[in-house]
Amino acid sequence: MGPEYEATADQYQADDHDHHGAPSGIKRWLFSTNHKDIGTMYLVFSLLMFFVGGTMIMIVRAELFQPGLQFVDPAFFNQMTTMHGLVMVFGAIMPAFVGLANWMIPMMVGAPDMALPRMNNWSFWLLPVGFTFLVATLFMPGGAPAAGWTMYPPLVLQTGDAFPFLVFAVHILGASSIMGAINIIVTIMNMRAPKMTLLKMPLFVWTWFITAFLLLAAMPVFAGAVTMLLFDQYFGTHFFNAAGGGDPVMFQHIFWFFGHPEVYIMILPAFGIVSEIIPTFARKPLFGYNSMVYATASIAVLSFIVWAHHMFTVGMPLAAELFFMFSTMLIAVPTGVKVFNWIATMWRGSMTFETPMLFSLAFVFLFTIGGFSGLMLAITPVDFQYHDTYFVVAHFHYVLVPGSLFGIMAGVYYWLPKWTGHVVDEKLAKTHFWLSAIFVNITFFPQHFLGLAGMPRRIPDYSTQFADFNMMSSLGAFGFGLSQLLFVYIVYRTVKGGEKASSEVWDNPKGLEWTVPSPAPHHTFETAPELR
Amino acid sequence: MTNSSGFRLVGKITTLLGLMIIAPSAFADMVLNLRRGVTDISQTVYELHMLILWVCVVIAIVVFGVMIVSIVLHRRSRGAEAASFSHSTKAELIWTIIPVIILVWMAVPAAKTLVVMEDLRDSEMTIKITGYQWRWHYSYLGTEVDFFSTLARSSNIARQLRSGVDPFSVENYLLDVDKPLVVPVDTKIRLLITSSDVIHSWWMPSFAVKKDAIPGFINEVWFKANETGTFRGQCAELCGRGHGFMPIVVDVLSQQDYAAWIDAKDRGETVAMVDSTADTTAEAPAAARELSGEELYNISCGACHQANGQGLPPAFPGLVDSAVVDGPVAEHIDIVMNGRVGTAMVGFSTQLSDAELAAIISYERNAWGLNSGDTVQASDIAAAR
Repeated sequence: MGPEYEATADQYQADDHDHHGAPSGIKRWLFSTNHKDIGTMYLVFSLLMFFVGGTMIMIVRAELFQPGLQFVDPAFFNQMTTMHGLVMVFGAIMPAFVGLANWMIPMMVGAPDMALPRMNNWSFWLLPVGFTFLVATLFMPGGAPAAGWTMYPPLVLQTGDAFPFLVFAVHILGASSIMGAINIIVTIMNMRAPKMTLLKMPLFVWTWFITAFLLLAAMPVFAGAVTMLLFDQYFGTHFFNAAGGGDPVMFQHIFWFFGHPEVYIMILPAFGIVSEIIPTFARKPLFGYNSMVYATASIAVLSFIVWAHHMFTVGMPLAAELFFMFSTMLIAVPTGVKVFNWIATMWRGSMTFETPMLFSLAFVFLFTIGGFSGLMLAITPVDFQYHDTYFVVAHFHYVLVPGSLFGIMAGVYYWLPKWTGHVVDEKLAKTHFWLSAIFVNITFFPQHFLGLAGMPRRIPDYSTQFADFNMMSSLGAFGFGLSQLLFVYIVYRTVKGGEKASSEVWDNPKGLEWTVPSPAPHHTFETAPELR
Repeated sequence: MTNSSGFRLVGKITTLLGLMIIAPSAFADMVLNLRRGVTDISQTVYELHMLILWVCVVIAIVVFGVMIVSIVLHRRSRGAEAASFSHSTKAELIWTIIPVIILVWMAVPAAKTLVVMEDLRDSEMTIKITGYQWRWHYSYLGTEVDFFSTLARSSNIARQLRSGVDPFSVENYLLDVDKPLVVPVDTKIRLLITSSDVIHSWWMPSFAVKKDAIPGFINEVWFKANETGTFRGQCAELCGRGHGFMPIVVDVLSQQDYAAWIDAKDRGETVAMVDSTADTTAEAPAAARELSGEELYNISCGACHQANGQGLPPAFPGLVDSAVVDGPVAEHIDIVMNGRVGTAMVGFSTQLSDAELAAIISYERNAWGLNSGDTVQASDIAAAR
């Protein structure tokens, strides 16, 4: 139902000298244990990685602009697609969600900070270390990893000197994620304001709570998989080598046992964000709060029993193919419940369309399109035709770009005034929204057609019949990439100045974060807020 | 880039931008949808695809329709007052149960199709398919017929980085091979699919067959083509640098033509393809044109070891500084013919003729400033066989 609360902004109007401010200079960031500063670092880092991964895909789309090889060698092309995937998943999307969690979860549950602030510092600072390892592989003999972000053996074992760095980068990023997840779970379990029972938590907190358990369960599996690769490569084991009694397909099973929950790790927090935003701008409470929580939990549970739908073509027994087809189709039910609940929240509301709402509405539309193609992919006999084609590329980019990424952007536009104390320039922000929404569709919608027409994914060059849609997709991608520079400018401008934001920012939003002033003081809720 | 392709590029961008704005229907000649294919299975798959597509379209119209109505009507600028309801057990039950019914209704035909697909009984012949980086090998079990199938030379020249050849001038660019897989029509054919190095995936869209080729394991799949003709597909699983360049072509012949073809092949005769494409006929005399060692090297070896002999270390070592290329001729011949166990280097003894192998090895020993002066003769290769 969401918490009922007393306004507590008054306590911050008093003199601020009881609260020590932020330390100045580089130490503020290097040694920070403050959830807001660490949240900011996560968000800035993920924005940086978003552009690193984006630059890589611009190279890919430039090469795919027309048939023939114009710019790069196929080996380098494969490095770019591989690194794009790794950087976007582990560098852009996941850290952005952790950044939002750091900033918002303590404020939303009325806690003064994260439960384990020093570990919080460590889990952030592992990220630049891990990505230094990963990006440095571009300059190593043999080049960066080029076997796809899924790292299937035996191909991945043909990686050059980059191979151990890839494995260690995954270990470091995994450790960072696990620590982040522990911190979020402990904070939510122990530091909620009195009377904030679990079923009164904001939905963003709920979705992150569930996501954190997925991280805890999935990341060690991934670390194990890459460690087995490392042993196969250097220590004479044969986990994935058939000649030594191993099985290359076992890697795929282990990888996707991690990989499918990972998919939900990247979308559940976005579900939470739009579940915060839509009620605010529809001026109506979230429809079906309880069923939202249960749907999220059942998606999380189901995510552990559907992994083999990523590998229907490896030659599984009929019974396994049927099981994974049915379990995958089942996920459509709780996912549908969420979409219906969002729409029921809008129904008979009093809607306005500020930028966070626009991104959230685009999220509901376009994520649902990704859901439809997901349902199609679940049908095993038809998946044999879709598998490893651009249809799959279109599908997962629809859930990751207008899904996860739009969710993040909606959240940033929603909470940026709270963080900076300045109102966002709506005109610029709406321009950014429309450019993004149009270009994302020009980029990814034609890829459905390419896949159905028979274009495999991960190829640097293609037959001439695919030329027109590839050109369209590349033009869309360039447009989308350039539009994101506007986002950086908007964020920069809002940080630097602008109209002062009130503590509520929007029209009567619900949640404890709106009871503290804007910008949120360095320390909030040192005494727990009163909930009615 | 040639001038004409430059003009075409500008023209295309203009047309595309124009079409995107005014007339999506002008895309009608483009392939937008899955193909029906030429097997019973591929047609069932197509129908399943259309069924689930239409189910999604109908759900989308309902869901997005309600959402759009809400966006249009229930907005503050129209003076809409917010209601305060926040749950309805009845509505929530309905939109949980209806999707379950739709899913079960979808799952039944899907499961039935899957059962038929996995039924390999009563197959009439078997072909073993082995994936290599980056070519396919076909072996007709029960006969002496086996051969490699490699990207057609015309595509291979055009696809080199900045080759200067316009892909639009190449027929079936990247979808043509030197020797297609030849099969009879109306015959249930079992495929045994495996790999010699990394994972590949044998995909023939017109048969709705896609199966991974996994080293050390053998996958089974079957098809029965209802029509004769030439059908094209590609490797579908990322398999390294040449992944985009190992197409699959299947020639489906009438049963008489096939019987004649396999008989002649089995006697070891070189058969002009009964149903060959223009490109493959052009291919036959090309072999007699005596390609230079350099050309042969670029086609067979250059993908890994690179035209400049530098390789892509450490997976694909350079030849310039190789102890093998600089060392005794016999060892060099042995590795080129028989490959090197535990690496991506496969043996080429079955893929190339004596003269071709000799030309390549001679080229390698004298290119890139090595100038060993060694000349390997076809007789040296024959002696090593």
